[in-house]
Amino acid sequence: MWIKRQKKLRNAGVLGLNERNVSYISRYNKRENFPLVDNKLKTKKAATAVNLPVPELLGVIESPAQLKQLPALLKDQQSFVIKPARGSGGKGILVVNHREGEQFFKPSGALLTHGAIRHYVSNILSGVYSLGGKPDVAFIETLVIGDQLLGKYSHEGLPDIRIIVFKGFPVMAMLRCPTSDSDGKANLHQGAVGVGLDITRGTALKAVQNDKIISHHPDTGVKFSDLAIPDWPQLLKLAGHCHDFTALGYLGCDIVLDKDRGPLILEVNARPGLFIQIASGIGLRPRLQTIENLIQKDWHVDERIGYALSCFSAPANK
Amino acid sequence: MSSRAQVYLLALVFIASGLGLTLYKNVALNFPLSPGSLTRVWEIEAKVTFWAKPQTITVDLALPQSQDGYQIIDETFASSGYGFDIRKKGTQRRANWTRREAGGQQTLYYKLKIAHQKASPVPSEPPQASPIPDKLIWSPAQEAIAATLITQAHALSADPSSFATQLLKQLGQHESIKGSQSLNDPHHRVSAANLALQLLTRAGVVSHIVRGISLTDRVHNQAASELLELYDGQNWQIIDPITAHFGLPEDFFIWQRGGDSLLQLEGGRRSKIRFSLIANDLPAKNVALMHAQEPNATLIDFNIYSLPVEKQAVFKLLLLVPIGALVVVLFRVLIGIRTSGTFMPVLIAMAFMQTTLLTGVGLLSALVLVGLWIRSYLSQLDLLMVSRIAAVLIVVVMLMAVFSVVSHKLGLEQMLNMTFFPMVILAWTIERLSITWEEDGAREVAVQGIGSLTVAIVAYLAMTHALVGHLTYNFPELLLAVLGIILLLGQYSGYRLNELFRFRSALD
Repeated sequence: MWIKRQKKLRNAGVLGLNERNVSYISRYNKRENFPLVDNKLKTKKAATAVNLPVPELLGVIESPAQLKQLPALLKDQQSFVIKPARGSGGKGILVVNHREGEQFFKPSGALLTHGAIRHYVSNILSGVYSLGGKPDVAFIETLVIGDQLLGKYSHEGLPDIRIIVFKGFPVMAMLRCPTSDSDGKANLHQGAVGVGLDITRGTALKAVQNDKIISHHPDTGVKFSDLAIPDWPQLLKLAGHCHDFTALGYLGCDIVLDKDRGPLILEVNARPGLFIQIASGIGLRPRLQTIENLIQKDWHVDERIGYALSCFSAPANK
Repeated sequence: MSSRAQVYLLALVFIASGLGLTLYKNVALNFPLSPGSLTRVWEIEAKVTFWAKPQTITVDLALPQSQDGYQIIDETFASSGYGFDIRKKGTQRRANWTRREAGGQQTLYYKLKIAHQKASPVPSEPPQASPIPDKLIWSPAQEAIAATLITQAHALSADPSSFATQLLKQLGQHESIKGSQSLNDPHHRVSAANLALQLLTRAGVVSHIVRGISLTDRVHNQAASELLELYDGQNWQIIDPITAHFGLPEDFFIWQRGGDSLLQLEGGRRSKIRFSLIANDLPAKNVALMHAQEPNATLIDFNIYSLPVEKQAVFKLLLLVPIGALVVVLFRVLIGIRTSGTFMPVLIAMAFMQTTLLTGVGLLSALVLVGLWIRSYLSQLDLLMVSRIAAVLIVVVMLMAVFSVVSHKLGLEQMLNMTFFPMVILAWTIERLSITWEEDGAREVAVQGIGSLTVAIVAYLAMTHALVGHLTYNFPELLLAVLGIILLLGQYSGYRLNELFRFRSALD
């Protein structure tokens, strides 16, 4: 049975973690390029340097001595997000979506005081959320207010779009929608919905929650089949640019849609997960191999997107 | 060369050299591949006694050599008051005891241990001019009988070996050939072998006497047995002078082939040599080690055995770590089990080795659960991370102390070994699991906790397996093969077992 199933997966072109690690990440992502994307603050600065849109940076706390500046930094902010620069897998993100005087509120309604926020930041600095417990840096950015169009596909949190980019070509995409199960986080392991997207049009292919195919959002009840991401070509272009400024061959680019500013790059991942294949019902390997077999030349980002649009449309019946 | 090709080449070299060295040690140095295999070791004591004359004494004893089937692994000489030396004489070794003067009965001992195992046989030398046997004083009548015997045997035979057979048969049949016993001088008794040797030499057959002992357990005061060996033109053939059977008898240890007499004495009389034997079944490894102390076994010289014994014990444990690492790699790469901390399960498995499995699992679960509970309280206190982990560490130590005292009072002594749990790692694991709990929920904690425990238990089972322990300790070069396998696994790009299930909905 196992051998049969393995054959079936292979025929479907599904990429496994071992193959991803050996044949793509270690081959196309140079070690020296990892620090840029493993540190979200560095990624943000590098993206800004090449005029790519990112959520606005409000402040950085690098050492416990700077904790005193925290109230001053937050003085004018009604809502904000605090992140560890090297948090792995979306760990350690604190969202404050409104405040009343010196009282801050999380989306769940939980109350935070200045002291609690200060302690939270000091935890980030001591490396609680970073890989291997290395001392870290905390940064504060504006809270992205999600686009209305996508808001109905999400419970509490902000949906984000993950695009896999190989050698600069966007190859696969999905939308991650927070649910009440996932506590407002776009974390698929905790019950967020993954919606596979047609890379050529930005429309839904199918939606998966906890490894099961669903048709409607469990909290909002909205049908996924009508979903279409606005500004899709613009998103593909942003994703394509991520390859240029990170120099990574195989990456996952996370984009959010801001109500006012449109698509913003949230972060870049050098080891993107493989759930996207489940959400799309499509294996990655054939697409990656198509790109690998292309002639070597300096493709412009528009050429790359044009090529991806021409050959990666999903099968019609899906 | 592409990195892939390099990996394959390196892995091949590592695996081949690891297995090759192991095979060499097994075949050439007799290291057993399985624990508990036994080798029969014979302890032979040769006791030389004589009465000293008032003059300088020289005792010259032929010494045996390793031979096909028997390997000499140890020899000792006991002879108080005597000078001692070993001399080479041709291909033979002879012990030489000397003393200016002595009185009364003298006793000299030579002890050796031989292992019953395959050994490179001493190449049989081409025939040399054998020393002419002691001239016997024969009367003309005796000369005539000897000539008759030879003529008859010659007529009834075709080649040297059949000639010897016929000659020995006639010598044995006292009645039919009347007077052949008369060749034996009543005052100077000649052994059957010596008598036969005289006749064979006279007939021009190249031959000599082979002396040895038949190996029988718990035998005392056995005399050396004598056999004949003759050269048939191509090979040396052994023949029993009494029964005229060809071939070496079973369990026969050759002491001396040809050459001078077994024992030569100057300055004494009534010399006698007697042998006592004891058989022991010893672990094959110990036997291999004993004769590996010979200078030619360089591989052993630079080995763990050359370390002091207590250091060897440490290495015995260290050499198991790669096996644990291999288990971790297998589980992560082939099966896809998630663990908390990559190699933490190996450390846990090593702790289990001290506490035994069930106690270990129980203790570990108790420590982690109580630790998590305390950590959840500490997280409300808004402590700095380093202080918090240190606090958890101290709690872990205190828990260990409490468990130890309680278990000691209850008489559960093996629980006292819990100090082998890596406390710092444990405190870190508790911290990590606690954060995982807050961030990813209790389910993920259970997945990682059970995953780590499963890998630790499998690593423990692998590391405590008698065969694995035996192989890693006695054949450390096998680690090269393990290294090669791990390199190969590093290139494995197939699906993990859990992915077969994880991706099933991708196919719908």
